Amino acid sequence: MSFSWAKHYEPKSDLTKWLDDRLPLPRLVYGAIGAGYPVPRNLNYFWNFGVLAGVALVMQIVTGIIMAMHYAPNALVAFDSTEHIMRNVNWGWMLRYAHANGASFFFIVVYIHIFRGLYFSSYKAPREMIWLLGLVIFLLMMATAFMGYVLPWGQMSFWGAKVITGLFGAIPLVGEPIQQWLLGGFAPDNAALNRFFSLHYLLPFVTAGVIILHIWALHIPGSSNPTGVEVKSESDTVPFHPYYTAKDGFGLGVFLILFCAMLFFAPNFLGHADNYIPANPLSTPAHIVPEWYFWPFYAILRAFTFDFFIVPAKLLGVLAMFASILLLFFLPWLDRSPVRSGNYRPLFKIFFVVLLLDVLLLGYLGGAPAEEPYVMLSQLASAYYFAHFLIILPIISKIEKPKPLPFSITESVLGKDNTGIAGGPVLQPAE
Amino acid sequence: MIRIGAFLVGLFFAGWLIVSFGVGAAAYISEPPQETAEHAFHEKPKALTLASDGPMGKFDRQQLQRGFQVYKEVCAACHSMRLVSFRNLAELGYNEDEVKAIAANWPIQTPDIDPATGEATTRASLPTDPFPSPHANETAARAANNNALPPDLSLITKARSGGAPYIYSLLLGYQEPPAELAQRFPDSMPGPGLNYNPYFANLNIAMANPLGSDGIVTYSDGTNATREQMAKDVSAFLVWTAEPTLEKRHQTGWAVLIFLIIATGLGYMAYRNVWAGVKH
Ligand code: HEC
Repeated sequence: MSFSWAKHYEPKSDLTKWLDDRLPLPRLVYGAIGAGYPVPRNLNYFWNFGVLAGVALVMQIVTGIIMAMHYAPNALVAFDSTEHIMRNVNWGWMLRYAHANGASFFFIVVYIHIFRGLYFSSYKAPREMIWLLGLVIFLLMMATAFMGYVLPWGQMSFWGAKVITGLFGAIPLVGEPIQQWLLGGFAPDNAALNRFFSLHYLLPFVTAGVIILHIWALHIPGSSNPTGVEVKSESDTVPFHPYYTAKDGFGLGVFLILFCAMLFFAPNFLGHADNYIPANPLSTPAHIVPEWYFWPFYAILRAFTFDFFIVPAKLLGVLAMFASILLLFFLPWLDRSPVRSGNYRPLFKIFFVVLLLDVLLLGYLGGAPAEEPYVMLSQLASAYYFAHFLIILPIISKIEKPKPLPFSITESVLGKDNTGIAGGPVLQPAE
Repeated sequence: MIRIGAFLVGLFFAGWLIVSFGVGAAAYISEPPQETAEHAFHEKPKALTLASDGPMGKFDRQQLQRGFQVYKEVCAACHSMRLVSFRNLAELGYNEDEVKAIAANWPIQTPDIDPATGEATTRASLPTDPFPSPHANETAARAANNNALPPDLSLITKARSGGAPYIYSLLLGYQEPPAELAQRFPDSMPGPGLNYNPYFANLNIAMANPLGSDGIVTYSDGTNATREQMAKDVSAFLVWTAEPTLEKRHQTGWAVLIFLIIATGLGYMAYRNVWAGVKH
């Protein structure tokens, strides 16, 4: 792919020439994330989050692999082996806190990345495939995180696993057999813990594979940008390296500062105290809640309190929870506005802000106990969530009058674009 | 097609949620939920300041030793501490001989197997042993405690959302149940073997007041052992048992943060330098 003005890799030494003829890996990297990938010059800091998500995955894999050398996936000793990591393994406490908070930061970064995509409509043609693959990554992440949370075999591990696998039990007829098949028993026990560990180790690598597809698909049309206007000429772009490697390096520094502040000074802030109590099938915690990053979906699940004729409320909740994620797969075909960037869509912008607040509210409600007034509020908030994507978005994309778009990225940055289509002044990296 | 389908699905979910909201709200207004005894009487933990608090926090070893003494002389009769070993006490400032002596003289012996007969037996503890449990198993623990189970205390400050201030408040929170409780919620009055404590989740705790009066321990460092002082010291000790690596975590954290702030500052300058002259 790529633009006609993309720089080409030129091996300089004998070794790189030799390598390039046999396995052109440096050429691949050069074109993917090096100087050979032209990127719009006007990306804002929200475009840092893709790289940050990649870094977060690598951190999870590295800390996870080392912890797996000390952890024992057996219901009798899983809790104690986790504490063994915390107390006796050299720097084990740091690994475990980095892994637990790393999961949280991975989700923070990915949620920002997704909302970036929503605001700038990065899902629109020709980038639908990038969006769809991104959602697959999101689903894989959720499955991985859910199973990872079970591994320390604390109270929330056990009861979280029980509640979430219990959701399958809501499916008529086949539900209970499916639930038992998933768990390898009637309730979470050794069989479940072992398979969760196995899959928790596997799925991050599957995720890494899908990330490669995600980036591959990204390189076909190239990155979008805050104006939503496609790249027209060379003056619209800068080479990824050194421009965006430098910017991503700085962004990574800020990310690591926030992450380390959390890891070293408030490592249990995002966790739940009950998970420091060993799993006990005979004692149900007062409030069973999943990890914070699932709270919006958990609120939707619990918002359904009334049967719909023969459909039980629990099944409705399960369907709605899955639907709330699956509907995102249809987004490219629901939002038909030809304008991408929310900056030029006055009506869309308002509803986008409402959606953002709505999801934050859902998150708060999902972590709250299942009492009034929280349930009533989550019914309203969930109703808006569905209405936003399935009703409001398609309608505003029809009735909205977008603001005039700039002719090109260059024009939006410089105020004028006297290069036209042909290709403007060549940008040189500063010394 | 897709948009018509989406519209119908959206209408169904949103519509049914609004209907559910309406029904729920009507019920909520006509019959507001009854206040529970926990809502009315449960109290938030009192403030407690410890040397280990905050990002600069360090352990006060003198206090941890006093707290250990309270644990040893009071709590250890009922509560196990299975994740901590005698050797760990060296971190509180005890020397090798002291640790050995503490282990050997611990009132409960460590379970073992008689090498001659293979029968279960007990022996004096070694520094490498974890603290032996005061009860042989859960059944024995319950039998000795009115069918309530004294939880293991190793992780207790991390296993309760209130942390050390909660433990401190709980230990000092024993009192006569208020007259209002008897009037409004007679079912929530402490039953036999239970004690009223407004800091405990359901207001009635099976543990008898363990720090009932001043001076139940005599501190070897001469500190006056008021109830207040003992509660504070044992809470501080339980912060250490839950996370012996806390000090190292804080120290490492500062080193890492200072490094990262400098590196990020340099990264920012590099970024500005690379982009100099390129409007964006
Ligand atoms: C006579 C035996 C006994 C002694 C001595 C004792 N406890 Fe307890 N403790 C119990 C029992 C029994 C429970 C369980 C209470 C319940 O579940 O209602 C308990 C529960 C607790 C809890 C858990 C409360 C909660 O939130 O679930 C803490 C914390 C605690 N004890 C701390 C201490 C400390 C600190 C000491 C020493 C100062 C101590 N205990 C001494 C018997 C004892």
